Amino acid sequence: MGTSTAVRRVVFDEERCKGCELCINACPKGIIHLAKHTNSRGFHPATVEDQEKCTSCTFCARMCPDTVIEVYRDK
Amino acid sequence: MSTRIFGRPESLATINFHYCPGCTHGIIHRLVAEAIDEFGVREKTVGIAPVGCAVLAYNYFNLDMQEASHGRAPAVATGIKRVMPDSVVFAYQGDGDLASIGTAEIVHAAGRGEKITVIFVNNAIYGMTGGQMAPTTLIGQETTTTPGGRDPAKSGFPIPISEMLGKLPGAAYISRVSVSSPTHVARAKAAIKKAFQTQIEGRGFSMVEVLSTCPTNWGMTPRQAIEWLEKNMIPAFPLGELRNWEKEQGQEKAQGSQVEVKH
Ligand SMILES: Cc1ncc(C[n+]2csc(CCOP(=O)(O)OP(=O)(O)O)c2C)c(N)n1
Ligand code: SF4
Ligand code: SF4
Ligand code: SF4
Repeated sequence: MGTSTAVRRVVFDEERCKGCELCINACPKGIIHLAKHTNSRGFHPATVEDQEKCTSCTFCARMCPDTVIEVYRDK
Repeated sequence: MSTRIFGRPESLATINFHYCPGCTHGIIHRLVAEAIDEFGVREKTVGIAPVGCAVLAYNYFNLDMQEASHGRAPAVATGIKRVMPDSVVFAYQGDGDLASIGTAEIVHAAGRGEKITVIFVNNAIYGMTGGQMAPTTLIGQETTTTPGGRDPAKSGFPIPISEMLGKLPGAAYISRVSVSSPTHVARAKAAIKKAFQTQIEGRGFSMVEVLSTCPTNWGMTPRQAIEWLEKNMIPAFPLGELRNWEKEQGQEKAQGSQVEVKH
């Protein structure tokens, strides 16, 4: 948000996440991890900091049972 | 600028699912919703929710939904489809729902060649009620009612529903898939789309059996459950198509059949 122009290829809706790690299992780049903080339901949400390493392959989103993840591709 | 290439399908509601963390019911819901979106039939689709962990599916799809009593979803689907033949009707059922209490309904719906689609979620256990043996429980699998593992001498053998239904002339498309990896999810999606296409074209009964996890009652983490599914369930329930009207028509043509087959 704000004025940041940094790439964000995967966006996690943290409140929906149940910390199941199936996205972590699926990511060929190994860039997803669970955050230290918890969401309002007490789960550690999955997150990606290394957005520039993401290839927008959508594997994480396709394995997520809770439709937490949106994937974007640079145009 | 960037474009969104993956997100929630319109046919899936925005409400949070109550499923346990990592339960693959959620993936299967999303695939069904994606298929309905891609055929552009959201406004004329009716889903039938089962009894089992997916009992609240009527809240999870952004569609007209009807709850059925335990195992009776194919009968309810039959009624709705026959009254509204232009609608697209699917039943979403677990293996306890479909393969034990609902055995009669599923066999006869397939036998009659009802033009409905069944999404059969096989997680080899009764999830909702706390992990009792299902007809699909594997030999040796530990459940609350098979302590020490399922022993065929006492509890019989797993029932291969898709192979059984595949023998019925009314079945037009029957396939078994898994959702244990991105590749399997892509194949599962293709099978679910084929099943809906089968119904939309009026070819006959269609069912996709989806091998699914129940981390909670299997007593595993979600990641371990995915591994267990691949190692144990896929060998016991081989993946692939048991019936496909399109390929059968192709074979008939290739054999130079004189008889025009109308499905
Ligand atoms: C007539 C009737 N008998 C039994 C039950 C109890 N019951 C609720 S869910 C269920 C089985 C659920 O297992 P499954 O269909 O495999 O779905 P899952 O929860 O694993 O997704 C049973 C036996 C019931 N609700 N109604
Ligand atoms: S889109 Fe692909 S590369 Fe990017 S985080 Fe998801 S799985 Fe990893
Ligand atoms: S797969 Fe979905 S619910 Fe599970 S940890 Fe990843 S984002 Fe969260
Ligand atoms: S009990 Fe099993 S099938 Fe039911 S929601 Fe939990 S993991 Fe899924």
